[in-house]
Amino acid sequence: MLACATTFTLLGIDGIRVTVEADIHTGLPSFTIVGLGDAAVQESRERVRAALVNSGFDFPLRRITVNLAPADLRKAGPAFDLALAAGLLAASGQARPERLAGHAFCGELGLDGSVRRVRGTIAMADAAATAGCEGIVVPRDNAGEAALVGGLDVIPVGTVRELASFLGGDGPPAAERLDARGWLAADPSEGEDFAQLRGHRALKRALEVAAAGNHNVLMMGPPGSGKSMAARRLPSIMPPLSLGDALEVTRIHSVAGVLGPAPLVQRRPFRAPHHSISAAGLVGGGGPPSPGEASLAQHGVLFLDELSEFARPALEALRQPLEEGCVRVTRAQRTVCFPARFLLVAATNPCPCGYQGDARRQCSCHPSVAGRYRARLSGPLLDRIDMILRVEQPRAKDVMAEAEPEGSRTIRERVLAARAVQERRLRGSPAACNAHMTHAQLRRVANLEPAARAALHDAHERAGLTMRGHDRVLRVARTLADLDGSDRVLRRHVAQAVAYREPPPGPDAAIAGVFV
Amino acid sequence: MTACDCCLRRTALLELLAPWIERAKGPNRRLPEVLALPDGELVKALCGAKRAAVDGRLAEFDPARARVRAQAAGIEVVCRHSPRYPGVLADASDAPAALHLIGDGGLLERAARDGAVAIVGSRRASPYGMEMARSLGRDLAACDVPVVSGMAYGADSAAHEGALAAGGPTIAVMPGGADLAYPSGKRGLHERLKTSGLAVSEMPPGMRPLRWSFPARNRIMAALARMTVVVEGTEGSGSLITASFAQDLGREVGAVPGQATSPLAAGPNRLLSDGAAVVRSASDVLDALFGPGDRPGPAPAPGVGTPHPALAARLEPRLRRLLESVETGIGSVEGLAEGTDVAEALAGLSELEFLGFVRRGPGGDYVRRV
Repeated sequence: MLACATTFTLLGIDGIRVTVEADIHTGLPSFTIVGLGDAAVQESRERVRAALVNSGFDFPLRRITVNLAPADLRKAGPAFDLALAAGLLAASGQARPERLAGHAFCGELGLDGSVRRVRGTIAMADAAATAGCEGIVVPRDNAGEAALVGGLDVIPVGTVRELASFLGGDGPPAAERLDARGWLAADPSEGEDFAQLRGHRALKRALEVAAAGNHNVLMMGPPGSGKSMAARRLPSIMPPLSLGDALEVTRIHSVAGVLGPAPLVQRRPFRAPHHSISAAGLVGGGGPPSPGEASLAQHGVLFLDELSEFARPALEALRQPLEEGCVRVTRAQRTVCFPARFLLVAATNPCPCGYQGDARRQCSCHPSVAGRYRARLSGPLLDRIDMILRVEQPRAKDVMAEAEPEGSRTIRERVLAARAVQERRLRGSPAACNAHMTHAQLRRVANLEPAARAALHDAHERAGLTMRGHDRVLRVARTLADLDGSDRVLRRHVAQAVAYREPPPGPDAAIAGVFV
Repeated sequence: MTACDCCLRRTALLELLAPWIERAKGPNRRLPEVLALPDGELVKALCGAKRAAVDGRLAEFDPARARVRAQAAGIEVVCRHSPRYPGVLADASDAPAALHLIGDGGLLERAARDGAVAIVGSRRASPYGMEMARSLGRDLAACDVPVVSGMAYGADSAAHEGALAAGGPTIAVMPGGADLAYPSGKRGLHERLKTSGLAVSEMPPGMRPLRWSFPARNRIMAALARMTVVVEGTEGSGSLITASFAQDLGREVGAVPGQATSPLAAGPNRLLSDGAAVVRSASDVLDALFGPGDRPGPAPAPGVGTPHPALAARLEPRLRRLLESVETGIGSVEGLAEGTDVAEALAGLSELEFLGFVRRGPGGDYVRRV
């Protein structure tokens, strides 16, 4: 007898429909799964058999063939277990086949018959709704995230028995639709706050500018100067996630298997991979392709501490997400696109020992070594970084002078006001912030006063501003003007933006033809 | 070729005995006194039992081949018996037998006749030290005073760069062969020095320096110059060795004062307390060398974009306050923004950069331009 159950598998961050066809015939007992399943799929046979038997059902001792259609799509992972069990129950007459229609089944089975959580449930539920299913049966632990999707019933099951009850017509009730907006409304800046950064006035201001215009930032400073502490607090002054963005982030995190206990991601993600990470780990890859840190940082902050220690291939791989906002991974004629639009915050020491230019400690590096170290921060990555800041350990008096530092909430209000100006200005275009404006848009909206134009000229003539640096300075100046509530970009905005540009290489940086 | 055979042989002997001299190094980093010994005794003192082998190698030396080798490297050799040999070097008992020159050989005579200044300092000079070395080199060269230094990282190269920027005379005394760019990271500067200045060495073409090569080179720098100026250096710095050579030769020694709390100022400050001349600018050097008012001072605003000192007084108050803070040594934005609005400080620092009063260093901190 043949029974068909619907399930979904993941391709990138989207669900793709898979039909589980379970066929039971007379013949020598065998259990075969076809349809390009990977090792986990083949192991399903053991899990499903034990789960059914231990739940008190019969496991048919006949010839069982299961096909996962379409047959040319690679299937991976244990999420087919539940659909397999449903199909087998129906095909062996222990459940009515009509109950399979109109529903999708996703979940992993334990040998004891329990149903375990799987990755990417929200993507599967979304695909199921689009495909017209009236409901999706999911593990209880995944019910919350699936319930974020509208347009279909979410039936949580914890055991195979509950699945059987559902198939028999009196299973568990559908889960409540989740109030996503309510979840999001909770104050996102609990925990890390700018008020905890005492004494770093210039750094805090620079990060406020970065958040306001979405500018990528590089912090240079000795070890222990507070770079990491400051970076961690940046999401707390960024605008809160919109519902659509939160759902997208939730989906990516769910697919990657890093979704926390809460069904919805409420705060902008902060990802800080260790510098030993590979290119695939950073931008995504593997087979089947899974999202990298760059995608997990979507709508959030990607923090690269010790930038010079990252392998060159990994940094090169960041070019595509920085330029296009997504990562394309191609596998066997299929191309998967992972969204990856993040705010890049990088931190580095000025030289290997970390103390070049420090007021208190002497740098112990040989000059040629220090120059070569600087030269490694080169080219395409630096091109994408709009602001470069020097960070120092605050002196005691700076810390004391700031009795009540501003909290993130206050700073965020200014950031939001500046962002609102940008959104109004850029309405109708794909860019929504100054950092993402095209060159043409920048020229149109720059609106420089004459003294500001003169300042730019001075910067080229006297302060070593390069042609490549010109646009970056202009973007930051536009953000500074927005923060000031000024429609025109004034001279003082350009002057400040110039102070955030890339510092010139030292006299020993041009070594053996390596130029910054 | 004006170099005589015996001087060429002496040079070759130095290269042959280099490893032995290295082992015979005196206490600390002083030059081994053996260099003053004539050929035969030098071999005996250094080689002991192996002297027969060394004598044999020396006997094989062919002056003609040495001359060809020098010519191929573009080197002119001037030995101590030549009338072109600078008299100022001849006094010492361990005077170099032969000088190998690439570039404008006339600079050697100018240095001896008119007086040159050696500018030396730490390889890890601070932005302040680099700025001082560069401006001293520039201003002295602009007044046609040859600037002598060692092309090392840090202050030495900054002095050469300053001199070349002013289009004036500069001489680099190399630790290895005159044709060898040491350190290799300064190859570009070496090329420019060979074209627009002079590279000189006691060592034969192509010889790689050993540790004793550096004090050996330093003694030549001190001897070539009427005055040695130490810009920056920690207590153990090689630039202090150059200064002590200068003192032994009875030459003028000058030092650029530094902040008492900075380790790099320890060397110059100690020299000052021992009686060295205070060098705050090229004018101080010229006064020390030629007496006040004897030569025209350096022309004002010699560098591109460096404003006349009088302009500093006409700055608006908030910029003047910022400039004063930078001058007291505060370089970071956090420090400079103390007591004022961060945005104001940033904008003000950029304005000072546009006017040429300050320069932003590779670490993102600010230093006063001179």
